[in-house]
Amino acid sequence: MSDVDGASSVASASASASASAVSSASSVDSASAVASSGAVASSGAVSSRSAVRSASAASDVWRFAARRAVELAVTLLAASFLIFSAVYLAPGRPETFLLGGRSATPQALAAIRAHYHLNDPFPVQYWRWLTQMAHGDFGTSIQYRAPVLHLLTARLPGTLMLIGMAAVLVAVLGIGAGWLSARRPGGVVDQVLLVLTSVAVGTPSFVAAIALIWVFSVRLGWFPSIGSGSGFFDMAYHLTLPALALSLYWVGTLARVTRAAMLAELSKEHVAVARSRGIPERIVLRRHVFRNAAGGIATMSGLTITGLVVSTVLVESAFGLGGIGAFLDSSVSVKDFPVVQAISLLIVTVFVAVNLVVDLTYPLLDPRVRLGARNSA
Amino acid sequence: MSTLTLVRRRPGFRALRVSRPWLFYICAGFAAMIVVVALLAPWLAPADPNASDLSAALTGPSAAHLLGADGSGRDTLSRLILGSRTALLGPAAVVVFSTTLGVAVGVAAGWRGGWLDSVLSRSSELMLAFPGLLLAILFVSLYGTGLVAPIAALSLAYTPYVSRLARGLTLAERQRPYLAAYRVQGFSNWTICVRHLIPNIGPVILAQSTVNFGYALIDLAALSYLGLGVPPLTPDWGAMVNDGQSAMLQGQPLSAIVPCLAIVVTVVAFNVVGEHWADRVANREDARS
Repeated sequence: MSDVDGASSVASASASASASAVSSASSVDSASAVASSGAVASSGAVSSRSAVRSASAASDVWRFAARRAVELAVTLLAASFLIFSAVYLAPGRPETFLLGGRSATPQALAAIRAHYHLNDPFPVQYWRWLTQMAHGDFGTSIQYRAPVLHLLTARLPGTLMLIGMAAVLVAVLGIGAGWLSARRPGGVVDQVLLVLTSVAVGTPSFVAAIALIWVFSVRLGWFPSIGSGSGFFDMAYHLTLPALALSLYWVGTLARVTRAAMLAELSKEHVAVARSRGIPERIVLRRHVFRNAAGGIATMSGLTITGLVVSTVLVESAFGLGGIGAFLDSSVSVKDFPVVQAISLLIVTVFVAVNLVVDLTYPLLDPRVRLGARNSA
Repeated sequence: MSTLTLVRRRPGFRALRVSRPWLFYICAGFAAMIVVVALLAPWLAPADPNASDLSAALTGPSAAHLLGADGSGRDTLSRLILGSRTALLGPAAVVVFSTTLGVAVGVAAGWRGGWLDSVLSRSSELMLAFPGLLLAILFVSLYGTGLVAPIAALSLAYTPYVSRLARGLTLAERQRPYLAAYRVQGFSNWTICVRHLIPNIGPVILAQSTVNFGYALIDLAALSYLGLGVPPLTPDWGAMVNDGQSAMLQGQPLSAIVPCLAIVVTVVAFNVVGEHWADRVANREDARS
């Protein structure tokens, strides 16, 4: 982190230097303007100054984005190296690993060594694997004897839909519950939501899945307990309970974060000013409180997406959905390592990408924040 | 710098701890009870947790099986009681290893600074890209099921959280005069760090570790639920949920719901205790600085 901070502080220092240069130029400008004709001209100088400043801020954003992207690419590279070299750190030789514990004749072993290029030096193997990955060739599944990429793309839509539904639930319920709590802190609604969110935060997603299956599919029979359905609406119907189970923990977390962020904002002076001017409370909450609290909530949302992706392993297994998460689980059980490698890399990539997006949206939500100085919630 | 903000915590428990001390006492009592049950488990369990009484399979509570039996006729209560051992031992091991490693890494990075700091901070950042559960699944796929691989993986995954905290605290602490005084007196870095620095930042770190305990419990139970954690015959709450799921679909939910409740209540109890402790420690720290 220290490198990042150092780099971005350098960037901001250069930005402020250029800004001060601009402002000194325009102050000369405005001084002459004031001397000649007065207030109208000086206001024009102010607006031109702010235009210059926003242009330099825009180039700053691009520079920051590029630097951050390079940094995250390095993280990704290191992660890919760890994931690849893991096979070599494991006990036993890679070819026995690739056989998945079955015994084989020496000829078959030699064939496997040749097929997977195991006789090459380690860096050569890593480079080959990495370039193949970059070209979309994720290797061949040992379990299915089929390209990993095809197996993954076949399972991707269901998982994406599940994560999408859960993300919508988290955003709507989490922010909604936090908002309701912040409307009257300490009130009945706040107290009830406090208890509910506390239970939600203490409940792992597979426990939530069991509870939902018991209540809504065994007792009430409203929803199916297994399978993912076909067609959009049938799929949405089948995925309702899984999405609920997946989102429960994050709904609780986001509700608490939203409430805390909004309460922190509510105690500030500008809110008191807005209220004293007679602005209706709901507009105060929407424009003056929520807008300012949005930065922290966005940071939390980034964490949420990553958490949702990882938890699909549990929820898809609990509901017998054939998605990426369940695929990871079943591949680990049979030691189908090319699949495990590919999915792990996929999850780490999502993590890195989401982090990049959050880093970039943060200054958009709150322009006061210096780029790269996002506070960790 | 306020230490309160440094401790990574579950937002959900923040509001619970301040206003309601009775909740802390209930949770502390419950946590203590779980520990006692885990210690005395073999003597408390009414039946052999692996003995299957097929006549009792898929039946509700009875005199012989107070909480009923699962699909293979194993006594739920006995499995629950013996399962508390793995449920507590696993997270405890994770917390011990991640705290030791995290303190070592964090203090070294904060105290030495320079290239060591950048190397250690960079590797912590890399570790943060692997969510704990994913790392555990990777380790299990490499080293096979059992408790060792998940515990090693989770210890590694939780280390960055401890090390970041320890590094921050060390940076703040090394500005203080008493450490400068030791340096002037010619004490070695090792002595200053081990005898004086670590005891002083210890309470805050232990509070973070208590909070981590709940996370580790959830992650380990999740792995066992997936069948990647404990070996098949060991009674474990996560594995019980998995076994109980089919019984639940046949209308006999007790063997799945009971371990679920045990997990949730234990996690909540340990977190409330951890939050309370973090709060008290942080308050003291705030008052001092």
